[in-house]
Amino acid sequence: MKKSTVKKLLKYINKYNFFMAISIIMAVIRVSTALYLPLQVSKVIDYMVGVGKVDFVSIKKMLMQVIIFICITVVSQWIMGVCNNHVTFHVTKNLRNDLIKKIQALPLRIVDSKNSGDLVSRIIADVDQVGDGLLLGFSQAFVSFFTIILTLIFMLRQNVIITLVVVVLTPISFFVASFIAKRSYNMFTKQSVTRGEQTALINEIIPNEAMVKAYSYEDKAIERFNEVNYRLSGYSLKATFYSSITNPATRFVNNLVYASVGIVGVIFVIRGHITVGILSAFLSYANQYTKPFNDISSVITELQNALACASRVFEFMEFEEEEEFAKGVDSTEAMEDIPIDADIQGTLKGEKVYFKYNDSAQILKGADFSVKKGHKCAIVGPTGCGKTTIINLIMRFYDIDSGSLYLDDYDIGKVQREFIRNNIGMVLQDTWLQTGTVAENISFGKPDATMDEIKEAAKSCFADSFIRKLPNGYDTVISEGGGNLSQGQKQLLCIARVMLMKPKVLILDEATSNIDTLTEIKIVKAFDKLMEGRTSLIVAHRLSTIKNADCIFVLNHGIIQEEGNHDELLKKNGLYAELYNSQFA
Amino acid sequence: MKKLLVYIKEYKKECILGPLFKLLEACFDLIVPLVMAKMIDEGVLGDNNSIIIKMGIILFVLALVGLTCSITAQYFAAKAAIGFVSNIRESLFKHIQKLSVSQINSLGSSTLLTRMTSDINQLQSGTNMALRLFLRSPFIVAGAVILSYTISIKEGFLFSGMIVLLAIVIFSIMLITMPLYKKIQSSLDEVTLNSEENLSGIRVIRAFNRQDDEIEKFVGNNDKLSRLQIHTGRISSLMNPLTYLILNLTLVLVIWVAAKQLNIGLLHAGAIIALINYMTQILTELIKLADTIILSTKAISCGERIQAVFDVVPEFYPEDEDNKVKASNGDFDYKEPLVEFNDVTFKYKSAKEPSLENINLKLYKGQTIGVIGSTGSGKSTLVNLIPRFYDATDGEIIYKNKNVKEYDISELRKLMSPVLQKSVLLSGTIRENLCVSKPDATEDDIIYALKASQSYDFVMQKQNGIDYKISEGAKNLSGGQKQRIAIARGLIKEPEILIFDDSFSALDFKTDLSVRRAIKELTFDPLTIIVSQRVSTVSDCDEILVMDDGQIVGRGKHEELLKNCEVYKSIYESQIKMQ
Repeated sequence: MKKSTVKKLLKYINKYNFFMAISIIMAVIRVSTALYLPLQVSKVIDYMVGVGKVDFVSIKKMLMQVIIFICITVVSQWIMGVCNNHVTFHVTKNLRNDLIKKIQALPLRIVDSKNSGDLVSRIIADVDQVGDGLLLGFSQAFVSFFTIILTLIFMLRQNVIITLVVVVLTPISFFVASFIAKRSYNMFTKQSVTRGEQTALINEIIPNEAMVKAYSYEDKAIERFNEVNYRLSGYSLKATFYSSITNPATRFVNNLVYASVGIVGVIFVIRGHITVGILSAFLSYANQYTKPFNDISSVITELQNALACASRVFEFMEFEEEEEFAKGVDSTEAMEDIPIDADIQGTLKGEKVYFKYNDSAQILKGADFSVKKGHKCAIVGPTGCGKTTIINLIMRFYDIDSGSLYLDDYDIGKVQREFIRNNIGMVLQDTWLQTGTVAENISFGKPDATMDEIKEAAKSCFADSFIRKLPNGYDTVISEGGGNLSQGQKQLLCIARVMLMKPKVLILDEATSNIDTLTEIKIVKAFDKLMEGRTSLIVAHRLSTIKNADCIFVLNHGIIQEEGNHDELLKKNGLYAELYNSQFA
Repeated sequence: MKKLLVYIKEYKKECILGPLFKLLEACFDLIVPLVMAKMIDEGVLGDNNSIIIKMGIILFVLALVGLTCSITAQYFAAKAAIGFVSNIRESLFKHIQKLSVSQINSLGSSTLLTRMTSDINQLQSGTNMALRLFLRSPFIVAGAVILSYTISIKEGFLFSGMIVLLAIVIFSIMLITMPLYKKIQSSLDEVTLNSEENLSGIRVIRAFNRQDDEIEKFVGNNDKLSRLQIHTGRISSLMNPLTYLILNLTLVLVIWVAAKQLNIGLLHAGAIIALINYMTQILTELIKLADTIILSTKAISCGERIQAVFDVVPEFYPEDEDNKVKASNGDFDYKEPLVEFNDVTFKYKSAKEPSLENINLKLYKGQTIGVIGSTGSGKSTLVNLIPRFYDATDGEIIYKNKNVKEYDISELRKLMSPVLQKSVLLSGTIRENLCVSKPDATEDDIIYALKASQSYDFVMQKQNGIDYKISEGAKNLSGGQKQRIAIARGLIKEPEILIFDDSFSALDFKTDLSVRRAIKELTFDPLTIIVSQRVSTVSDCDEILVMDDGQIVGRGKHEELLKNCEVYKSIYESQIKMQ
């Protein structure tokens, strides 16, 4: 699992092999020159033999060398940083682009079964985390690794025993750090659980303040809040304090190493094993030796985190994509060559349609229906009978399990989706609008429409008057989710959007539960206007609007149980009559 | 931000002791290189073993004392920071509870949530870091410089120059990149919005064959984001190389000067080692300081956002709350109107037009009043004025012969039950939810309320009945069930005024009817006001008020209104006749 994630991630990185290679080369150069510096400095110190005996010529030569080394280090460090940036941000960009393409290529069966917040967080937060991990990994993993190895080699070449002192003592800081981390982890968990509890409480109380006030619940709410707050601050104190011991503790170990190296070093200097300069080199190595270890441990946690996120990203990438044609349709049957704007008559027919969602019960069990050209038909039925499902099937958001659906004489499973969708206009219950201007939203289905066409479409469905009252008329920007419009206004815009497309066939999911009666009348009129001269199929949730439909299909238990116009169905005194009369109880 | 400091007062001691111990630790850190220098100079040159051992012991002791000081300091810092924000959180929540509904709505509850959580958390870590580092880092930097002067004045000059250069580099990179990071954040927000829309509008996008355009739009924004990131990254990745450059070039100079001074006997080898050590200490502390400053500026702006909430003065909680009259059930002649509207006009703060104009009403105990009208006609506003969710802009609302403003607000609300449009239930059992309204409700009270609201049967079918646990957001109840529990919660406290603000909308016609019948039979005989969009819901009320555009355009019984109220007739026709 993990291995394959790494492999997939590498595929994205491989495109930038050139930059990666440079980055690694620069890392090696940078570490070697940086580590060589204390050694050179130590030599310089050794040239300062004593009063009046300082070898200025050699010192000058050495210092010039040092300056060159410094410059090399600086330049290589910068190039490395730039390369790492380049690779990381290109990888995250490519990941995100592929993800969004993936979303649009996924069947709705999969999208609907996932939590959309979770999908968004994969695109945004997870990819970010992958990026952070990569950046830190690239910039520190190599450097730390080379630093450890090269420092060891450099030290060993000078003096084995002092090296041993450093190598044996340094890991203590490691153990101390992980010991503390384990202890504080527990408290951090408790802290975040309690924080979650507090957030949930705030989330329950503050958005519902009207209810809280209505029942004078304020004091009780404050009491509950204070109780959680008290617990939270206890855990926070412990978590913060425990974790804040880490720094002093590792610094303490560092100081110990420094002191030990100093003592042993001075003794060696006295015995003449090493020079004072070498001792100074050892002291600076000792000072810095814990750093790469700490860096690596933080890189490892960060990388683990990044890998976990990457695996979520790749899991998404591997969802099965949608096929252009329905299952079981082979290439000989598929009609790929119909131009998407081919002219059609506009009839709809379903024959023995069977369908069920992923794990749900069978929704349709052989539904038959037929809508003639220019007819206005309605589907009614009790809640949950599968009315809305029929829209999903005709628009090919989902494919049927068996049976057939026809648009004119085309079996919709055998033609391109684009052809079907180009010919069928759809208005859903969920009035989705995009962030953008009113005009942009109306011309969503026909991006090249002129302003006149847009206005005409809006006028013909009674939306023009309210649009003109908006602060910037047609150029008013609709905020996220259409927040600045009422439900009814949003619905009118959705109707105008379809109106502009002038499709041959309409599918309407009529739901107006949140709209007051007077606006509803407007919408009904707009719908009527929209349906003039078009074949239309309405999914009706209320029965008031469909009395004049040419044909009403009563869907129940997965089949069309009754069929006919309003009067015929009432006479039948069956399910339709029962549904109809329940309104007046 | 300054005003928030009140909340840290309690922790004055910790705020002083924390940085003080940090300072002590810094002193010990500064002494270490000097001890080491002495050990090298006197130990090596004097060939003196006892001094090595003595200095070695001193080094260990310094390390240990440093550790103790530092841990003590961390404890005080953590205690002060956490106590500080815990106090703020408590007061902020209390403060929000005092705000009126309209104030909370205009602040936005999602904003308030962020203030209460992430802003406060930021403030906590900012305070914590500041207490730990603000004294330590500058002190070490200053101390290192001063000590370098004591070693050699010339070297001291070099050190001062280096610090100035380092500070310039570190802070200018910070200043340049900070606004860039903000830009990155807003660009990322745009990409997030794009992805959200791609998902929420997936059906519409596909139905209109716009997939490719949406992808293109996303790719465009994403490209902008990554270009910004790379640009910013390039600048911020200058930080390490530049500081390295400055530090080490100074090192070269320091050594050159040291060589000269050593040649004339002004300096020993050990001192050079001490100087090198000080340089690394300075760099580490400067970088830490830069981080602390970033964190603190963030914390300060969070603090300001929190302060902004505190600055909102509660509308209904004036200082003289104690002087308010307690509303009570006794001593009132119920033949007089229970609630009166005298020429009431109401305008929302941001609105141009009033939502209610010159309303005059007299309502009596035991009456059932229907209110009907289209959205925006002012029906909800009308009933919201009675429990003082808002105050009338003009005119007065009289409850039991006194202006509602004269009553203690929570006492007033205890005598009324508004059942709101949106049925909000708290997570917890059904019993707990009913007790929100009446904390001392008995089993009988609960059963009575559940039965009247037609909830008893479905509640009994749930696991544990009355003690059935309602999940967060009441996701485990259907819309109709939620609404009925909310109605039961309204009934259980036996209020004098029962207000149903479109609270039957999720009920089917039959249940709607049964609930209304049960309400008529209530033993405590309240004034009942039913706001609805359904004619069928209000048609059997004692009196129906027809609202249009902020005014009462018709009042009377169903039959009368059908005859003489145009608005009522058109609503009736759209609902009944068409069916």
